[in-house]
Amino acid sequence: MSKTQRILLAASLLVAPAFLSAQNQGGLDPASIVKPLADSWPTYSGDYSGRRYSALTQINQTTVKGLSLAWVGKLTAGPPNAPGGGRGGFGGFGRGGGSSQVIVGGEGSDEFATGGAPSVKGSILQVGGVLYVTAPDNVWALDAIDGHELWRYYWKTRGGTHIGNRGAGMWHNYLYFETPDNYLVSLDARTGKERWHVEIASFNEQYFSTAAPVVVGDHVLAGTGNDLDMPGFLESFDPETGKLQWKFYTVPMKPGDPGLDTWPSLEAARHGGGQTWVPGAYDPETKLYIIGTGNPTPGYTGQGRKGDNLFTCALVAINVDTGKMAWYYQTSPHDTHDWDSAQTPVLIDGVIDGKPRKLVSTASRNGYFFTVDRVTGESFATAKFGTTTNWTKGIRKNGSPEPDPGKEATVPGSLVSPTEGGVTNWPPPAFSPETGLFYIQERNGFNLLYLTETDPRGSMGLAGKTVGQVGSWPSALRAIDYKTGKAVWRHEFPGVNGAGGSGGLLATAGKLVFGGDGGGNLVAFDATSGTPLWHTRIGSISNAPQTYAVDGRQYVLVAVNDTLYAFGIY
Amino acid sequence: MRPSVTLAAAAVVLFSSIYVSVGAEGQPPVPTPAAQTPPVQTPPAGGGRQGPGRGTFPAQQRALADPAVIERGGTLYGINCRLCHGPDLRGGDLGGVNLLRSALVLNDQDGEGIIPVVAQGRNNPGMPPMPALPLPADQVKAIAAYIHSVAAKAAGQGGPPPGPPVVLNIVVGDAAAGEKYFAANCASCHSPSGDLKGLAARYSDPVQLQTTWVGGTFAGGRGARGGPGGPVAPAQVTVAVTLPTGERVEGRLDRIDDFVVTLTQADGTPRTFRRSGSVPQVQITDPLAAHKQLLPKYTDKDIHDVTAYLVTLK
Repeated sequence: MSKTQRILLAASLLVAPAFLSAQNQGGLDPASIVKPLADSWPTYSGDYSGRRYSALTQINQTTVKGLSLAWVGKLTAGPPNAPGGGRGGFGGFGRGGGSSQVIVGGEGSDEFATGGAPSVKGSILQVGGVLYVTAPDNVWALDAIDGHELWRYYWKTRGGTHIGNRGAGMWHNYLYFETPDNYLVSLDARTGKERWHVEIASFNEQYFSTAAPVVVGDHVLAGTGNDLDMPGFLESFDPETGKLQWKFYTVPMKPGDPGLDTWPSLEAARHGGGQTWVPGAYDPETKLYIIGTGNPTPGYTGQGRKGDNLFTCALVAINVDTGKMAWYYQTSPHDTHDWDSAQTPVLIDGVIDGKPRKLVSTASRNGYFFTVDRVTGESFATAKFGTTTNWTKGIRKNGSPEPDPGKEATVPGSLVSPTEGGVTNWPPPAFSPETGLFYIQERNGFNLLYLTETDPRGSMGLAGKTVGQVGSWPSALRAIDYKTGKAVWRHEFPGVNGAGGSGGLLATAGKLVFGGDGGGNLVAFDATSGTPLWHTRIGSISNAPQTYAVDGRQYVLVAVNDTLYAFGIY
Repeated sequence: MRPSVTLAAAAVVLFSSIYVSVGAEGQPPVPTPAAQTPPVQTPPAGGGRQGPGRGTFPAQQRALADPAVIERGGTLYGINCRLCHGPDLRGGDLGGVNLLRSALVLNDQDGEGIIPVVAQGRNNPGMPPMPALPLPADQVKAIAAYIHSVAAKAAGQGGPPPGPPVVLNIVVGDAAAGEKYFAANCASCHSPSGDLKGLAARYSDPVQLQTTWVGGTFAGGRGARGGPGGPVAPAQVTVAVTLPTGERVEGRLDRIDDFVVTLTQADGTPRTFRRSGSVPQVQITDPLAAHKQLLPKYTDKDIHDVTAYLVTLK
């Protein structure tokens, strides 16, 4: 029995006896992901709700002042013997001065080898006392108590855009992650040994995959991405074999497909984008997986794709067993600013006029917040949450913003807010059922957007424009009432360059919200008022803070690029 | 249990990270990070060092055919394909599809996918029909080689290969209206015969001129160092910190967050103060404040009118 196996066995006996009951298969029982988030962190958002709200309370408004460093772990990526690849952590960290086993897989050649300092820009799973961390082409298993490395898996890439990886999914003892050259790779979580890999999107067609797979029952739901005007889709794979179960396209692909009348032609629709960059939320009662879709393409030159461009920039609700869409709600009709609506939606069990109501909320990159009935897709509330957001002519009857054509890229330049990155982006929001507040990092700023491609066909990809950065505006942590979309409070970050919160957010039953600020601090905010209660300056946060408990101790875990920091109360 | 060396080393890490610079204040706005699709010029942050060819796709990685074959293919394309698929391969007036984003083309290696389609034509429901063309296979292969050679020149992020330079006239505003707007909104800080004298000569490209004046980064106005006519440094963001003792410390603002403010005094000495709520008192002076306050107020017409006026300040 290897050291890793011993640790896993010990951890599962001590910490998580519930995991052992699952069909005698051990590991993570997919049914347990339905439970509210507490000790473990078994899926992208912690649980399926997308709330990133933990029931743990050891770290709370009273104790947070005593929060101190538990461990630091520096990750090394790349081929086992690459320059820098064999380095241990500092001072006995990471690999304890030596190398843990590196398992190598992949279809690429050494020519495209990636190495050096990775950047963690996704969620870290914590199951049975083990952390599973990802960056493009790399997966690490670390001990959750002290961060030491158990194994690392390295994928030899064929190429593709290496911008980030949002994390792994888990089913019993198996892990799933995506690679920039579009493989879904399954590993044995106990050893890091590869089980299989399957191609989930065409590398020739220039897809690249950054998404975190989400396991729902016997489905591994995998999204992908593309910048070359290719159609977006979500796929479901068999967790045992990797066999494709279904494939849902986010744009019309053949005559008669719904939404085709919102495109000038089938050819435009089939090149219309709508990528599935970021995982969605899952409602076990309706069996609907609700995911936000990416922007239509070409991104900035909409002249060749007049119309609303369904089902891009929308919430779509997909039945996990059939892959069929139950409803959609478009949050950005005919986007022309590369503002995808891929942000993680948040399921909220609301109380409206004294009656329970099943809702879903999302704060979109375009600066608008939406609450929608998650059974029917009907609009409940729409409100602007970007302070300087200026690209709409108003709100449609159904709550969707009406884009102002004058705020598309124009030859003489149009002054647009927010900037290209949007008011928010992939870093996830959080919601506390206790405060009823939806927390989001709000970023503001202005660009002058010049159209350089006047051809009626439009350009391709993200080309056809130049961008002039002309001004910043203060950014803030904003707490939104999900019933109205209005801000209950707003904690504005100081300074003059618009620096705002980095990374995503975490809410806890300790009445805290954790997130990065614009100054390189990890901050614990009072969830009811936004007042900072604790901070530490560790550098710009690159993912969303998370929390877990092992052996009765609660940890707060966060990444600053290649370095993980865990904090606890002693 | 954790070895004690763990905590000691961690303390070193935390301590050293205090000196990590997070970004200077008073600079032009930082590009918003965390975009799903980053600007091309930004090196990708994920995954670390870039290996050769990393970040590229097969269309750019592939070995190209012999130049003579590509040239022959280009000629054949011009004769047989150009009318429908366009001189730039991105689709033409007769409804041919954009070949540079065609799944058939992207998946084709050496004509094996393209040859049967050219030979048999295509009639897919909902798509423009393509007639069969009786061309010898070696000619289609040459055409395929040409198409692949064009696709290989594609820009990043799905952009097409660079075409001939396009010069667009962005000066469409009304100069007289711009002069009026300037008098009402800008003249309290700027003067056409003072700091803006010869402005259009300094910025011969109207796009650069417009982006620069809207952003306020052209270093004129009150508080700017240097005189009109030459390159001048933008005015600095300054800060005054008033301690509970009444001591007042002033200087260039280096950085500020909710917990710390750092400045550099006139003699070059940096100082950092802890912040706790409103103590000490911090007063920031941003020379661009007036520009920023105008950003939510401008109409695009205001901007274009002022630009039309400013280009006359030769």
